[in-house]
Amino acid sequence: MSTVVKGAKRALIWLGVIIVLLYSILTIGVVNDKTTFTPGLALDLAGGTTLILKAEPTDGTTIDESDLEQAVEVIRRRIDASGVSEAEITTQGSDTIVIALPGTPSDRTIDLIRQSAQLQFRPVLLVGDPGATPETSATPSPSPSPSVDPSATPDPSASPSVSPTTSAEDDAVTDPSASPSPEATTSPEPSVSPSPNPTPVPGETDPSSFDWLTDELLEEYQALDCTNPENLGGADLGDSDAGHAACSNDGSAKIAMGPVELDGSDVKTATSGPGYSQAGTLTGEYEVRLEFNSEGAQKFADVTERLYDFYKIDSTDDRARFAILLDGVVISYPFVQAHITGGTATISGGFNQQQAEELANQLKFGAIPLDLTLQTKSTVSATLGEDQLEKGLIAGAIGLMLVVIYSLLQYRALGLVTIGSLAIAGIIVYALIALLSWGMGYRLSLAGVAGLIIAIGITADSFIVYFERVKDELREGRSLQAAIDHGWSRAKRTILASDAVSFLAAVVLYVLAIGSVRGFAFTLGLTTLVDVLVVILFTHPVLILLGRTKFFGQGHRLSGLDPRQLGKTAIYQGRGRVAVSTTAATPGTEGDEASGLTLAERKAAAAKKGEQK
Amino acid sequence: MKLNLAEWGNQLHSGERTYNIVGKRRMWLSISAAALLVCILILVVKGLNFGVDFTGGNVYQISDVEDPDPAIAEEVVAEHAPDQEARVSILGENDVHVKIGVVDLEVSRAIEADLQEAYGVTDEQISSEQIGPTFGAEVGKKAIQSLIVFLILVALVMTVYFRAWRMALAGIIALVHDLIFTVGIYALLGFEVTPASVIGFLTILGYSLYDTVVVFDKVRENTENLTAQHRYTYDELANLALNQTLVRSINTTIVALLPVGAILFIGAFVLGAGTLKDISLALFVGMAVGAYSSIFVATPLEVTLRDREARITKHTKEVLELRASGKTDVVVDAEGHVRVGALQPGGHKGQGAQPKRKGRK
Repeated sequence: MSTVVKGAKRALIWLGVIIVLLYSILTIGVVNDKTTFTPGLALDLAGGTTLILKAEPTDGTTIDESDLEQAVEVIRRRIDASGVSEAEITTQGSDTIVIALPGTPSDRTIDLIRQSAQLQFRPVLLVGDPGATPETSATPSPSPSPSVDPSATPDPSASPSVSPTTSAEDDAVTDPSASPSPEATTSPEPSVSPSPNPTPVPGETDPSSFDWLTDELLEEYQALDCTNPENLGGADLGDSDAGHAACSNDGSAKIAMGPVELDGSDVKTATSGPGYSQAGTLTGEYEVRLEFNSEGAQKFADVTERLYDFYKIDSTDDRARFAILLDGVVISYPFVQAHITGGTATISGGFNQQQAEELANQLKFGAIPLDLTLQTKSTVSATLGEDQLEKGLIAGAIGLMLVVIYSLLQYRALGLVTIGSLAIAGIIVYALIALLSWGMGYRLSLAGVAGLIIAIGITADSFIVYFERVKDELREGRSLQAAIDHGWSRAKRTILASDAVSFLAAVVLYVLAIGSVRGFAFTLGLTTLVDVLVVILFTHPVLILLGRTKFFGQGHRLSGLDPRQLGKTAIYQGRGRVAVSTTAATPGTEGDEASGLTLAERKAAAAKKGEQK
Repeated sequence: MKLNLAEWGNQLHSGERTYNIVGKRRMWLSISAAALLVCILILVVKGLNFGVDFTGGNVYQISDVEDPDPAIAEEVVAEHAPDQEARVSILGENDVHVKIGVVDLEVSRAIEADLQEAYGVTDEQISSEQIGPTFGAEVGKKAIQSLIVFLILVALVMTVYFRAWRMALAGIIALVHDLIFTVGIYALLGFEVTPASVIGFLTILGYSLYDTVVVFDKVRENTENLTAQHRYTYDELANLALNQTLVRSINTTIVALLPVGAILFIGAFVLGAGTLKDISLALFVGMAVGAYSSIFVATPLEVTLRDREARITKHTKEVLELRASGKTDVVVDAEGHVRVGALQPGGHKGQGAQPKRKGRK
C-alpha cells in the first residue's frame, strides 16, 4: 500500500474517531440526563420572550465589564425571585444585556427587570420572624414589636457589625462584650412613644424614632411573608421619606425601617478581604470595607453617631442597626459599634470569602450610576416558533436537494462525493451544536438556521473549487492520481484562504454585533471550520481512494473525471501505456490535433497554420 | 447542458476561447462606476425604507385566526392610539400581522390584550415585539463598526497572503461596490430594511471576498513566475485566470444561490415576512452582485492597479517589444488577438508523439 493511500486511510480513521468521540460525549450527556440529543432552541423557535436592555451610565462615565456582570447578577436575582425558571441572561458587547424568558412573563416581571438598581441605607426599627404575623394579633400600637425576642435575630455571632476601618481608639467599641450596660434593661423604652404622634415629619423627626412605624407600615410589616420567595426579589423600593418594611435577602428575617438616610450616590466603592483583629492578626473571617464619598461620609457619621448611642445603651437593640437595601431587599443590617467619622466602614461578622465578595459587589453595584433601558421586547408564541422552525427546515431540505441535484448533473459520480461530504459536515455540525447547547448554553435561533442553510452553499463551494482544480490538472495532461495530488495542493491553499476570510467575517460579526446577528455569525463560523475539517479529512482522502478505482481511474463516462470530456483523447496510464479514447477526438484543440500524428505531419500542420496567419 | 459547460470550460481553460474582460476593463469599470453613482444617487434621493426595527414601534402577529379581517386590528389600534396608522397584512392563510409606530408600553400592552380578545385567540397564539426608537440605531451602529473592523482586518490578511497591497485594495473596493450596489437595489425597489437584512448585508462581506479570493488566487498562480517568461503580459495572464475560474464562479454562484433561493421562496411565499425572507433577500441580491463584481470589477480593477507596479510595467513593455519584433512564439488568431493559453510543460502528447517501435503500427 502506498503512503498516499495509507495517509488517506489514516485521515478517514481520524474523521471516524472525531465523529464517534463527539457522539459518545453527547450520548454520555444524554444517558446521565444532562442534555438531550436535540439542540436547545432559541426563543424565536421555541416560543418565549426576549428582552434587550441597554445599560447606560447616568453620569457620563464609562461602564466596564464587571459593572455589567453585576447588573446581570442583579437581574438574575430579580428574575429568580419572580418565579420564572430557566431564564437566560447574557451580555453582548460592552453595554447590552439580553434576557431570554421562556413562555410569556407577566408585565410585572418585565417592569421589575428593567428597573435600575437602588441602594438605600435606612435605620432599622424592628427585626422579626420572617413569616407573616396572623392578622388577628396585629396590634396597631408599636408596643408589641420592640419586645421582639432577641433570639429572633440571627445568631449573634453571624450577625454582622460595623466598625471603622482604622479603629485605633475604639477598642472598647468593637468589642460587643464591653457594651451591655445596665441601661439595656430599659428595653420597653419604645412604649414611651406610642401612637399619639403617628405622622412623622421627614427631616424633622428622628429617623430612628418609632413614629415612623405608622399604622399602615405596621400592617404591611405584619402581613409581609419573607418565607415566600416572591418577596425576596424586591421591586417595592418604598417611599424614601417614609418608613418601609422589607425582607432580608436570605428570607431569614423581616425588617421595618425608618426613612432613607443615604443612597447609592453616597457610596464611593466597596471591597472585600480577610479581616484583621485589633492586634493586626488575621481573624480567619472575611469582611467588607465600605467607602463613602465626602458627602456620604458626613451623613454616615451622623447616622452612626445616633445609632451608636442605642448600641451603647443595649448592644442587642435592633435600633442600633442600619439596613442596607438593594432593590428594596435588605442585603445586610449590621449593628453600629462605633461612631464612624472617617468615611470608611467595615462590615464584619462571620462572612466567608464568597459571602464577603458578594456583599461588596452588591454594594458596589448599587453605587454604579447605571440606567437600564428596555431596547426591545419581543414575544414569540409557541405556535409561531414551531411554524418558523418547521418552515426553516423545509427551506433547508429544499435547498439541500437542489444542491444535490445540481452537483449530480454537473459532476456525475463525483457529485456523490459532494453529497457525502455535505452529509459528514451535517453530522459533525449537528453534534457540535448539540454539544455547544449543552456545554455553553448555545441556543439555535431562526437566524442560526438561516446561517446553516446558507453554509450549504459555502461548504459545497470548497468542493467545487477542489474538483475544478483537479479537472484543470487533468486538462493539463496529468494522470488522475497526479491531478488529484497537484490539484489538492493548489486547491487547499485557495480553500484555506477563502475560508479564513469567511471565518474572519463571522468572528467580527459575532464579537461586535448584537441581537440575532450573533446567532447567524455563530453558525456561519462553526460551519466554516467544519468545512475545512471535512475537506481535509474526508473529501480529499475519499478522492484519493476513488482515484485508484477502475471506475474513476480510467475515467468512466459517468465518473465526472472523464478526460475525454475534458478535451483529452489519450490518457497516460503510467508505465508507458496510454489509453486512447475510442470516441473521435474533438478536433480544434492544439493537443488533439497533434495526437496520432507523426512529428513530420505535425510540423507540416504547423507550417500550414503559420501560412494562414 | 452539462457537456456544453464542460466543453466550454475546457476551451476557457486552454485559452482557446477567451472573453477579453481585462482588455476591455475601461468599459466594465465605467459601467460599474456609473451603476454605483446611480445607486448612491438613489440612496441619497429616495433613501432606504427602514422597518419598524429601526424606526421603533410595535409589531403584533396573531397566528391561526379564524376570521383574518384587517379591519378588526385597525379598529383596535385606532381606539388605543388614534394618532398611529396601523399597517395590517395577512400572512399565509390566516396569520394577521400588525405594525404600528412607537407608543407607550402601557398602550402597547392594552393593544395586545384587545387584539387577542378581538380575534378570539389564546395568548399562545399572539406574538408581539416592542422596539425602542434607539434600538435600530444601535444595530446600525454596530453593523458599521463591524464593517470597518472587518475591512481593516481583511486588508491586512489579504496583503499578507497575496503579498501585494494592491490586490487587497482591489478586493475591498469590489466589496464596497457589492454593498453599495445591494443597498442601492434595496432603495430602488423599496424593500424594507430590518436587522435581518443587515445580517444579509454583512454576510455579503464574507461571501463577496470569498469569491474574489478564489479568482485572485488563480491570478496569483498564473503570474507567479511572470518575469521568467516573455510570452504574455500580466494583463493577459490575469485575463486567462479570470476565464479559467469562470466555470467555477458560475457553479459556485448557482450552488450558493440554490439554498438561498429556497429560503427566499419559503420565506416570501409561505411564511410571508420575517427573518428568513429578509436575510435571504439581501443575500440573493448580494450574491448575484458579488458574482458579477468578482468577474467584472475585482480583477479588472486589480490589473489596473497593479499595472502601475514598476516591475510589471517594465515586463509588459519588454513582452510587447519582443512581440513586435516577432521573436516570441505566441499564437495570434485571425483577428490579431494573442492566444493566451496555459503553457503545458510536460503535457503528454500521447503515444503518437513517441518514437515508433519496430513491428508496431
